[in-house]
Amino acid sequence: MSELSQANPVKAPMLRETKKGSVRKHIITLLVRNELGVLARIATLIAGKGYNIEGLSVGETHERGLSRMTIEVIGDDVVIDQVVKQLRKLIDTIKVRDLTDTPHIERELALVKIHTATPRARDEVLRIAEIFRGRIVDVSQSTYTVEITGTEDKINAFVELLKPFGIMEMARTGKVALKREMANSEEDV
Amino acid sequence: MARKGADIVIETLKEEGVEYIFGHPGGAIMEVYDALYRDGTIKHILTRHEQGAGHMAEGYAKATGKVGVAMSTSGPGATNLVTAIADAYMDSVPVVFITGQVPTHLIGNDAFQEVDIVGITRPITKHNFLVKRIEDLPLIIRQAFYIARTGRPGPVLVDIPKDITQKLSDVKIPSLDEVKSSLPGYKPHTEGNPQQIKRAAKLIMSAKRPVLYVGGGAVQSEAQDELIELAELMNIPVTTTNMGKGAFPELHPLALHMLGMHGTYYANMAVYNCDLLIAVGARFDDRVTGKIEEFAPQASIIHIDIDPASISKNIVVDVPIVGDVKVVLRKLIQEIKREGAKLVFPEERHNWIRQIEKWKKLHPLTYRNSEKVIKPQYVIEEIWKATKGDAIIATGVGQHQMWAAMFYKYSYPRQFINSGGLGTMGFGLPAGIGAKIARPEKEVFVIDGDGSFMMTMQELITAVQYKVPVKIAIINNGYLGMVRQWQELFYEKRYSEVDLSVQPDFVKLAEACGAIGFRAEKPNQVREVIEEAMKIQDKPVVLDFHVDREENVLPMVPAGKSYREMILEDGKKSVDADTMYLVG
Repeated sequence: MSELSQANPVKAPMLRETKKGSVRKHIITLLVRNELGVLARIATLIAGKGYNIEGLSVGETHERGLSRMTIEVIGDDVVIDQVVKQLRKLIDTIKVRDLTDTPHIERELALVKIHTATPRARDEVLRIAEIFRGRIVDVSQSTYTVEITGTEDKINAFVELLKPFGIMEMARTGKVALKREMANSEEDV
Repeated sequence: MARKGADIVIETLKEEGVEYIFGHPGGAIMEVYDALYRDGTIKHILTRHEQGAGHMAEGYAKATGKVGVAMSTSGPGATNLVTAIADAYMDSVPVVFITGQVPTHLIGNDAFQEVDIVGITRPITKHNFLVKRIEDLPLIIRQAFYIARTGRPGPVLVDIPKDITQKLSDVKIPSLDEVKSSLPGYKPHTEGNPQQIKRAAKLIMSAKRPVLYVGGGAVQSEAQDELIELAELMNIPVTTTNMGKGAFPELHPLALHMLGMHGTYYANMAVYNCDLLIAVGARFDDRVTGKIEEFAPQASIIHIDIDPASISKNIVVDVPIVGDVKVVLRKLIQEIKREGAKLVFPEERHNWIRQIEKWKKLHPLTYRNSEKVIKPQYVIEEIWKATKGDAIIATGVGQHQMWAAMFYKYSYPRQFINSGGLGTMGFGLPAGIGAKIARPEKEVFVIDGDGSFMMTMQELITAVQYKVPVKIAIINNGYLGMVRQWQELFYEKRYSEVDLSVQPDFVKLAEACGAIGFRAEKPNQVREVIEEAMKIQDKPVVLDFHVDREENVLPMVPAGKSYREMILEDGKKSVDADTMYLVG
């Protein structure tokens, strides 16, 4: 072996770097054909990686037969990259994009039913809702139901403020998101 | 021209050029079988189990590159196809599976022979369909064929409720252009990025110790000429995976044969020490890489693959090229020639080839033959000699599969047909029958294990019925041999539930089925029975080789270990790490 140029036996093996990413929440947007089983296909693929879908919203777009889907999933960057590639391979997906590190707008809608038996509670809830630009969409003798839209943080803050009054029920849509066209435009309030 | 849905199915299959359907009828698919009978053009092979139909369609597809077709009824008919569907998915085999389904109004009602086969097969098909409207039927079937054969090929399932096959419609069969435009989300890349191809060409010319690592994608794309040209032009040794066998002729001086768990010493040494690994239609499977951190630890990696999701899945690569292997290789060769096809380090390249020749001499692929007991490797070598290296070989899964991979020398693509990804015992016999039906001019040998054979041996009757003269060589050691080998090596010889010595008399079994049976118990009988078998061309022949019971498949890199821990022969634990590592 020694007669070989540049070839010297050594003892310690070299190691190939393996990929490791950090685990965090990703937001993936998909344009899909509105076909039988499309949601099941996407959910099966993500579940097959051992990941849970944290948030999901689906709705039709302006183009007939096409729906926009926004999925939130917590996972390793490297695995999510693989998931995105595999989602792209599905026949019913037209476009798939991980928006996590791309400037994007995201919004969520929540309906929150709050216990408001006393006049003081009613006043207080109404004021908080106004501050958050929420709307009262249903009223009963002992409840208000508030509709609120915004970022996840905003809705979380709103929910925290209302907890002392007693939240009876709530429903959140999960995020919808679109890529920003002007990369430096400011995040709106 | 309104006709039944069932007639539309047959009409569309004919439009796709389908010659054979492998299948088994039943209640929900009866209309289609009736249409098949009335039409009379497509030949149907009635298997004795739906799994057999699935593997036959796979064997047909693997031997030709054409789309195979398997058909069954709903419920148990459909679930019996599942193993074959998963197998086709793992090995990227283009097969269209057609299943009957209970009538639309009964779906979801736990009807007789109802199962949600679309749901069951969602993660193991490239795509699948449930036909809801008869108007969609011809388009869906054509989409299924188009998806199955293009891009990275794979299985597609079409589930057709019985009422859809009974309804009448005058819907037209769509053209291929209509099929393509109906799939806006499906556009396989075939061309390869020109910038990446340029980078790859530079790397190849400037590498000192390159290796081509060739997988099943090169077989699928039939890129043998391009591979030979590239290897010879740039003087690059070539190792092929189990699935890549035949993509590069194994008697070529640059051939390193198989790499990985049961790879040759010289292939694994070459990969371990290379400074450039050119992966061609291969996917860095764990049976190939062993311990990822020590796989080709010094190498830059170029990866050519049609499937973007395969690239950088297990190992981050330096130059990813998404495209069809044949197309990309052609462009790569052009680019190298345009750059003058000059090696930057010709002397190092020359030395690299000499080093590999030394490794080949040091530990060639070999075994200790015996006068007293038949060695399994000897049987394979004799089959290779008797068939002049030209036979198509189909195998089951286990020791015999690895010996067939090692000791038969393959020279053309689609010559070695086996279950690589899923590792399906019982694959060999039906796949071999499918291959023989597809390529009747070729001698087809099924090299099977006694364990594997017993999993699908009912298809022997099918071969008799259709006069398919496959030769079935059972490497009979009375064990589930590969499991026994692992128990010997890693479980201190605790042979838990692997003894198959209570077994049928395979010669009598063959005769009972109307086939011919031969047995060889001594080495000097081996050649004789093979030659006798090859004289028979009107029915299947079973050859029962009683081989050394505890022979091991070696070399072996234990699962998840580094190539440095390769076991070369029994009793000798591993390669000396100090002798295998070169630095350039």
